[in-house]
Amino acid sequence: MSQSAHGRLDGDVGLELLRSMWRIRVFEERVGELTRADEVHGLVHLSVGQEAVAVGVCGQLRTDDAVYSGHRAHGHAIAKGAPLDRVMAELMGRERGLCRGLGGSMHLVDLEHGFLGATGVVGGNVPLALGSALAARLLGGDQVAVVFFGDGAVQGGIFVESVNLATLWRLPVILVCENNGFAEFTPRSAHTNVERVSDVVAPYDVERETVDGNDVVAVRDTFARFLAEARRGSGPMLLECLTHRLRGHYEGDPQRYRQALAAEEWQELDPVLRLQRRGIAERWLEEDALPRLEQDACDEVEAAVGSARESPFPSPNATAELVYAQ
Amino acid sequence: MARELPYIAAIGEAVHQEMERDDTVLYFGQNLGLTDDDPYVKAFGNDRVRVTPISETAEIGMAVGAAFAGYRPVVQLYMSEFMLVAMDQVVNEAPRFHAMTAGQVKVPLVLQAGYGFTAGWAGQHTGTIYGMFMGIPGLKVVVPSTAADAKGLMTAAIRDDNPVILFHNYLLTLEHGDVPEGEHVVPIGEAAVRREGSDVTIVGIGWTVGKALAATEQLEGDGVSAEVIDARSLAPLDTATILQSVEKTGRLVVVDQATRHASAAAIIAAEVASEGFASLKAPIELVTALDATVPYSEPMEQYLLPDETKIVAAVQRVLEAAPVAA
Repeated sequence: MSQSAHGRLDGDVGLELLRSMWRIRVFEERVGELTRADEVHGLVHLSVGQEAVAVGVCGQLRTDDAVYSGHRAHGHAIAKGAPLDRVMAELMGRERGLCRGLGGSMHLVDLEHGFLGATGVVGGNVPLALGSALAARLLGGDQVAVVFFGDGAVQGGIFVESVNLATLWRLPVILVCENNGFAEFTPRSAHTNVERVSDVVAPYDVERETVDGNDVVAVRDTFARFLAEARRGSGPMLLECLTHRLRGHYEGDPQRYRQALAAEEWQELDPVLRLQRRGIAERWLEEDALPRLEQDACDEVEAAVGSARESPFPSPNATAELVYAQ
Repeated sequence: MARELPYIAAIGEAVHQEMERDDTVLYFGQNLGLTDDDPYVKAFGNDRVRVTPISETAEIGMAVGAAFAGYRPVVQLYMSEFMLVAMDQVVNEAPRFHAMTAGQVKVPLVLQAGYGFTAGWAGQHTGTIYGMFMGIPGLKVVVPSTAADAKGLMTAAIRDDNPVILFHNYLLTLEHGDVPEGEHVVPIGEAAVRREGSDVTIVGIGWTVGKALAATEQLEGDGVSAEVIDARSLAPLDTATILQSVEKTGRLVVVDQATRHASAAAIIAAEVASEGFASLKAPIELVTALDATVPYSEPMEQYLLPDETKIVAAVQRVLEAAPVAA
């Protein structure tokens, strides 16, 4: 557990969580700018506001644990260890990208760091994670599979099919739902009468919990418990993280379907600011260290942008070579 | 040594032999391996031979994830139409990942899918739907017409590092043929010349290869020398073998159990018209199923499908269009 008996967060852990969240926050904001500048030219979905889930979960995983994500994948990839410069190069469609610029924002995959299938079709990734979990089980190891998906995926048949199969075969897979209240542009209430995703899986007797997904420590601690159980061979589990997507569904989304948050509301929700406030209150963080944390992330991201800009675009030969595995 | 086996048993023998040869081959399917007496369960156990719920999407998706991890799943789907339930996994997940990840992952997956069961199975279980999978980059599609090829193509499919759909024709299920014992591999991507001839090329696929061969007997009586090519592999398609034959004969009839606009015949005709126009002495004839949902009533089924009479008539038309110079 990241907290001592009296509830104070270990300072080193806290700082590491903060740095990871800042890295994603600044990266995402920069990608937004580059999208408007047309340096990142495709369809892009940012995870600003949801960093606590990516960091709280992925920070505890090993390279040989398989993580799956969806269309909003940048934060998950970075948190799982994908190098910033190669993620940025991918978004800019460059040869140095994780997938040589052929996958793009919605299909970030970094096999070396155990970041597997980011798939752009909502829910399409859930059964893939079951396959990784089955493979781990057959190989006799203690690896686990984790799949991130939004609350919008839960209304699809693929979700229920996958939960049923995972429970039937007791697969070591942890289903992590980022419930940000909106499925693309539509509020959850317009898609289903079941408010909590954790209630959807109730009949399957899946171990499940709903946590405040903007509290990185809550995410981390609950996930730690699930992870320990999955390593011992239990599964599946479902972790529902209630969070808030600060930006639109995609970059350029006019967001007519919802009210913008007032600044003070966001102060309350923002997972980065919340952890900073906690750090100061718990005295493992000094007020005057704050600008440095953000600046370090900016420096890292700028270096990644510079490196990506220097990389060439992929050669046209790549497409024909990659139709079939040889 | 070869001995006679039914077509369906030849496929089963390939699966069995490959499971014996390679521990990473898994066998999934609905109603599969339900008893301890099941020959696959007996030989390989329930870890590798697994019954799945009627959840094609989760079943195929899980198999894709296991393939990412290095396993070689064979999914027995019984009816090819059941793939339609899981089109995202078949079309938009399994074949996309190798290219999207710039070759980081391979998806050695086999989907075993029966088709064309026009024996009273009516509108939803009789379709010939391979045409819709031919144009999906990354996906291989094979259609054996003989028992030997059924074994050889299944073996090749299991050893292939790409997703392969093996369409087996239900009307051929119990057709016997000589099948080599032991290892037998038919390379994917190679058509077979089943009968040599000089006046006309008839291309058949799966069940229609036999119909084409039967038609040549009548044609021979009329003094027409027909060459019959078994396409065998629809993706990749061996256009070279077909073009070579048309160069010799100058005339082409393509026979397909599929409806015309969803047929492989239409693609083959387009390739020959595009690449071999100079060789053609007559317009290409397509003998396909009529564009209609397969009816239940037996005489109506026959009315809809290609048969020897229709093939002979088509051959006569291409010959009359520009009679062979004396």
